[in-house]
Amino acid sequence: MSRKATTRLVAALSVGLALTACTGNTPAPPAGSGDQGGARVANDEPGDKVVIGFSAPAADHGWMAAITNAAKAEAEKYSDVELKVVEGTNDVNLQISQVETFINDKVDAIVLLPFDGAALTPVALKAMKAGITVINVDREFGSPFAARSTVLGDNYGMGVSAGTYICEELAGKSGAVVAEIAGIDSLPLTQDRSKGFADALGDCGLKVNNRVAAEFTVESGERAAANLLQAAPRIDALWNHDDDQGVGVTAAIKNSGRSDFFMVGGAGSANVMREIKAGNGLHKATVVYPSTQGADGIRLARLAVQNKSLGDLVEVEVPRQIELFAPVVTKDNVDRYLPTAFES
Amino acid sequence: MSEKTAATTTAGPPTVNRANRGVSALLGSAAGRNTGLVVALVLLCVVGVATAGDRFADVDNVLTILRLASVIGVVSVGMTFVITGGGIDLSVGAIVALSSVWATTLATQAMANDAHWLVIVFAALAVGAGCGVVNGLLIAYGRIVAFIATLAMLAAARGLAEIISNRKTQIVNVPGFTAFFDASVLGVPVLVVIFALVAVVGWVVLNRTTFGRRTFAVGGNPEAARLAGIDVRRHTVLLYTLLGVCCGIAAIMLVARTTTGSSTHGGLYELDAIAAVVIGGTLLSGGRGTIAGTVFGVLIFTTLSNVFTLNNLSISAQAVAKGAIIVVAVLLQQRLARRSGA
Repeated sequence: MSRKATTRLVAALSVGLALTACTGNTPAPPAGSGDQGGARVANDEPGDKVVIGFSAPAADHGWMAAITNAAKAEAEKYSDVELKVVEGTNDVNLQISQVETFINDKVDAIVLLPFDGAALTPVALKAMKAGITVINVDREFGSPFAARSTVLGDNYGMGVSAGTYICEELAGKSGAVVAEIAGIDSLPLTQDRSKGFADALGDCGLKVNNRVAAEFTVESGERAAANLLQAAPRIDALWNHDDDQGVGVTAAIKNSGRSDFFMVGGAGSANVMREIKAGNGLHKATVVYPSTQGADGIRLARLAVQNKSLGDLVEVEVPRQIELFAPVVTKDNVDRYLPTAFES
Repeated sequence: MSEKTAATTTAGPPTVNRANRGVSALLGSAAGRNTGLVVALVLLCVVGVATAGDRFADVDNVLTILRLASVIGVVSVGMTFVITGGGIDLSVGAIVALSSVWATTLATQAMANDAHWLVIVFAALAVGAGCGVVNGLLIAYGRIVAFIATLAMLAAARGLAEIISNRKTQIVNVPGFTAFFDASVLGVPVLVVIFALVAVVGWVVLNRTTFGRRTFAVGGNPEAARLAGIDVRRHTVLLYTLLGVCCGIAAIMLVARTTTGSSTHGGLYELDAIAAVVIGGTLLSGGRGTIAGTVFGVLIFTTLSNVFTLNNLSISAQAVAKGAIIVVAVLLQQRLARRSGA
C-alpha cells in the first residue's frame, strides 16, 4: 500500500516538475532532443485517472528489457496514470492469466506486447468486449477487433534503411561484396528485414553475396560471424540485424583480425551508438527498431481512455495503427537517438 | 468467500504453532501430508487476501487461478503416475508442443471442418500417446535410463514440432472446437471441468484399481514386483503412454485457450509438473504417490503466481519463492522417509 502511495507521490512530483519546466517529458533533455515529441499540446494536462495494465515477454534480450523499463518510466511522468506491470513471461498460458487478472481488476486500458500475437488474441478480444482499451505493441494480434490501436516497428523499413545506407557508402565501388547476418530465420520479422535489405540493394545494382543467420543472442552471433568470415574472403559492407547478437559478431571479427569492411547494426543499442559516436569501431551506422514502443503504447492508452486526440493531427480520435520509422543512425545524428537507445 | 477465508485464518495459526512432534505425527499419515498442503495453500490465500483484498477473494480471480492451473494440472496428474512407478519424464513440455502443432496443421483442420472438430482432439491424443509409447519402449525394452530417453524425446519432439509448423504459429479456425472449450458448465469453465475429471479419474485409477496397485509395486521394488508376477516392462510402457495421453489432453486445452498450436507451447512444463508432484508428497524414488497432493501442489504454485501478479511483484522473485517451497517440501519428505524406514 505504502509502496503504491510512494509511486504516486513520485509520479506526481515528476509531472509537477515537468510542467513547471514547460518542456519535454525527458528528465534531463540532452542537446538536440528539444524538438522531440511535438505532440505536447494540452494533452499532458492531468485528466481523469487511468489505470493501465502492462504485460510483455520475458526480458531475455536488451531490447525487450528496455521495452518494459521505458513503459514504466513513461507512466511515472503522468500523475493521472496508474501502471500495473506484470513481469514478463514466455509462457502464453501464464501471460493469458495475467491479462485475465487485469480484466478482473477492471483496469481502463491494457498495453500488451504478446509473446505470440495469435495466441493472445482470444484474451485480448475478451478484454475489448469487457470495455477495456487494448493497445497492441510490436507483435500483431490475429484479429482487428482485438485491439483499439496498434504500435508497430517497421521491419521491412529497417532492411530498406540499411540497404540504402550501404548503397550510398559503396557508391562507385565496382563489384562490392555485401554480407548479411540475419536474426532467427524462420520469424516473419527476419524475413521482412532481409527482403527490405535485398530490395534496397537491388535498387543500386548490389546484392547480398553472403548471408548467414544467428538467433538474436551474443553466442549465436559469434558463431554465425565466425562462419561467415571463413566463407567470405572479401567483404565491403556487413549488415547485422540485431545489436545484441552484434556483441558476438564484433567479438568474432576482432578475433579474426579483419578490418577490410564496415558494419551496419540493427535495432539500435546504446553500445553500438556510443561506438558510432567515438568512431573507433567497425560500426559506421545502425538502424533503429524503437524500444520505446511500449512507452508509446502507454501514452496512446492514456489518450484513448481520456478521449483525447493525438496532438498535431487534425483527426479527433487516436489512430488505429502507428508504424514507427526505422532511421539510420550515423556519427552526424547519433546524439538525437542515443537517449532512447537500449542497453544490451 | 472472504468470510470463509477469514474463518480458516483463525483456525490456521494454532495448527502451525502446535508442538513440533505433533506436526510430524500429523504429517506421518497420508491424510496428514495433505493437511500440511492445505495449511500451506490456506496461508497463501491469507497472504493473498491480506495484500490484495477483494481482488484476490473474487470469483473471477479464483476462476483465473483454476484456468491457469488446469493445463499444467493435467500434465502433473500423469506425471504422478510415472514418478510413483519409479520413472521420470522430461519430455512432457515438448510432447505438449508437438501435439498442439500436429493437431492444428492445415490438413488436420481441413479434416476437422469436413468431419467433426473431434478430429483435432483425437489427433492430439494420438500424438501424445505415440510419444509416450516411444518413451516407454525405449526405457522398458531398450533399457535406456528414463532421464536420458526422455531427454532425447524432449529435443526430438520440439524439433519435430518446429519442422511441422515451420516455427510459425498455427491459428485454429474450427468454430465448433473453440465454442465447446470456451463454454462453461454451471459457471465453471470447461477447461477446469476437464482438469477435475482427469484428477478424479487419476485418483480412482491409482488408489482403487489393480493398475494402481501395480504402479506402487513397480515403483517401490521392481524386482519384487517381477517376482510377484507383474510384467514390469509392459507396465512401464503403459505408465509413459498414460502420461503421453495426459500431455495430449493438456495440448488440446492449450490450443483451446490460445486458439493456436505452436512449437513454443509448453516451455519448461516438465519442471513445473515435477515440482508440483514432488511438493505434493510423491516420492521421487517411486513407490509412493498421491494425486490429491499433486493437485494441491499445482494449486499452490498457481496461487503463488496469482498473488505475485496481483501485487505487481516480479517473476524472478516468484521463482525464488518457488525454489524455497520445493526445498522445504523435499526436506519434509526426507524426514518422513526416514521415519517410515525406521
